[in-house]
Amino acid sequence: MKLKSIIAILTATFISTSVWGGHHACDYKNKEELTMLSNSYDAWKAVTNAMASCGNFTATLDKDFQQKHSDALAANPSLYDIVGISNGSITPLINAGTVRPLDDLVKKYGSQLLPNQLIKIDGKIMAIAMSVNNQHMMYREDIFSKLGISEPKTWSDVLSAAEKIKASGMVEYPYGGAFKSGWNIAEEFVNMYLGNGGSFFGSGNAPAINNAMGVKSLETLKKLTAYMDPEYLASDSTYAQKQMQQEKIAMGVLWATRAAAMDNAEESKVVGKIKMVSAPMGDARPASSLWWDGIAIAKNISDAEAEAAFQVIMEGIDKEMVQANNDKAVWLIDGYKAGKSAMGAKMTADNGAVPYPSGTRMGAMHGALGTVVPDFLTGKKSAKETLAAIEDAYIAKAKEQGLM
Amino acid sequence: MKNRDFIFFVGPSLVAMFVCIAIPLIFVLEQSFFVNKKVYKEVEVESCVAGFTGQICSVEMQTKPQLNEKGEIITQKEFVGLENYVRLINFDAVKKAFWQQNFLELENVKFFSALRFTVTFCLITLPFVIILGLVIALTVNNLLSSLKGPIIFVSLLPFIITPIIGALSIRWLFVGDGIITAFLEWLTNSNISMFSNSWTLELMMILYRIWHVCPFAFIVFYAGLQTINKEMLESAIVDGANRYQRLRFIIIPHLMPLIVFVSLIHLMDSYRVFEEIIAFSSDAYVISLQWLTYDFLRLDDTGNRYISSASASSILTMIGISILLYPLIKKTWNDYREGKL
Repeated sequence: MKLKSIIAILTATFISTSVWGGHHACDYKNKEELTMLSNSYDAWKAVTNAMASCGNFTATLDKDFQQKHSDALAANPSLYDIVGISNGSITPLINAGTVRPLDDLVKKYGSQLLPNQLIKIDGKIMAIAMSVNNQHMMYREDIFSKLGISEPKTWSDVLSAAEKIKASGMVEYPYGGAFKSGWNIAEEFVNMYLGNGGSFFGSGNAPAINNAMGVKSLETLKKLTAYMDPEYLASDSTYAQKQMQQEKIAMGVLWATRAAAMDNAEESKVVGKIKMVSAPMGDARPASSLWWDGIAIAKNISDAEAEAAFQVIMEGIDKEMVQANNDKAVWLIDGYKAGKSAMGAKMTADNGAVPYPSGTRMGAMHGALGTVVPDFLTGKKSAKETLAAIEDAYIAKAKEQGLM
Repeated sequence: MKNRDFIFFVGPSLVAMFVCIAIPLIFVLEQSFFVNKKVYKEVEVESCVAGFTGQICSVEMQTKPQLNEKGEIITQKEFVGLENYVRLINFDAVKKAFWQQNFLELENVKFFSALRFTVTFCLITLPFVIILGLVIALTVNNLLSSLKGPIIFVSLLPFIITPIIGALSIRWLFVGDGIITAFLEWLTNSNISMFSNSWTLELMMILYRIWHVCPFAFIVFYAGLQTINKEMLESAIVDGANRYQRLRFIIIPHLMPLIVFVSLIHLMDSYRVFEEIIAFSSDAYVISLQWLTYDFLRLDDTGNRYISSASASSILTMIGISILLYPLIKKTWNDYREGKL
């Protein structure tokens, strides 16, 4: 029963792009049979379609790709030649040594790459970054100006704006966000906690979140939920995006990759009304974390395949692809023009947001946060109890893994 | 049946059960007393990541697993006795609850909250499934024979739908401003959020499961009704037995073995309640034992899964099912010994 249902979920969320020409012209005629696994949002569709124009290329786009990629690349030969990763999901591949250093290939074929795109770990280039991503504030400029509210810069601004919007009754819920229990709500806590200047670990991988910054982060999240759709714990990024597009919410801290969709007239009722600004400030910095998306090549494939794979990647992330898909992501690629939809991501970075602290122990911490933080929001536990329970859950995980 | 024939009939199943059920179970039991630790080392890593305008380079101490010469992560298997179990049921919380006589506190431990829901889910759905299944079977049995075929087909549909798909359809009917929620809101002029309370979620899960499993009970009982001795029913009518008495003294005793069978299957199935939790994304409010195991087995962001905790949780789930099924199996065994079966 369980396996059946997992397969059902996977099939439902799984889109496989077939080989097709598209509008992109490829200068490299690929002769090797190449496969790729990556996440499934718009930016990935754009890149994999461009790669497919080189021929002999199949991409599997799956939002749960992280459940597959470690095992798939550990196989010999690897089940995929190319893998789309982010700063979080590359960690298991680096740990297991299943992606290959790209220094030689970059030297040979990578003249188009900007220095910022070269992800170096321990001195070696392990991945090619294509875009950056973070969560930032998006709000309805029309509602804010009608009610005479200025741009929210801190969380207390956000809460007082929410109160005014609630009183005005102009939208169903003033605030929206990706608060779904599990990964999403954990990410919200991570952002708040980093924004308040917290760090997650003490010495020897011991957890260190049971402090005033942790309490404040939890309380801010809870205050926000008073202005949200009560079903917030089932609301993921896509749901929050739709709430914004359908005029149900007036503001939210959402992923930058969702910004362009607000101005997509086919699915959005708020075209031209959304302003993108920095994530609100915590006590120390914006409550957000910086992520990058990029591409890596499997280690367990032949050198000839790797060479072909790299050249196909270069076609996938070239100037032509970026110019055709300028607003689908905040690209790091030469030829990108930061438009209106990238402003929020840029301001968040300029205000000093830090990279997501990815690593083995952070994986265990993120998991513990995802299951326990909801207990505070639903009122099962007090803030102190919640933080203690998160630390307990983390310690259990860390001990089983051998981290402590 | 001769012993030799019996072994020929049952032998292949026994071998298959041993290979596919008993052996994995032994491995799971063994794993629940061990942990597989990776060998970590603190290393200084210099890394450069993509920032917004330029690279962000940093040198930091990272805990990295060590690889052997074949390039595989080195793991060590360590015996920990009952530690996995103690951690799972949070033994300290149990002791505290026991001393303070405050067992509601245990809801805060994931395992007990899952156990509470799983058991209530089983026990609430069971009578509804049996009674509704029986009612449908009796109704269909009394229909004109030309209507029977189509009605049986329609009644079986809920059971044919894949559980996860059925649960997802229910979700879309109720989530946010889904059709039914919107209708109820219009009707009652209030704001309804079915996915923001544990009791509404549990109610939806229970109703969904009853709807889904009733056809199974119905078809089994309907088959049973075809084997009832008509003469016995007729003589009961002659003796002046009314409808209720015929049901109480002839039909139900006749169907009893089937009722026990349906109960067994339903308890086993519903104790593993899982699809509803996933489809309704209810894990912030309601979790089940099977979901708990799944959560341990799911890879986290850094590619770790928690097999030992999952094994302990599976073993406890199995013990739970055995306890729940014990009365029914004992009854079947007694009936068998007394020659009733």
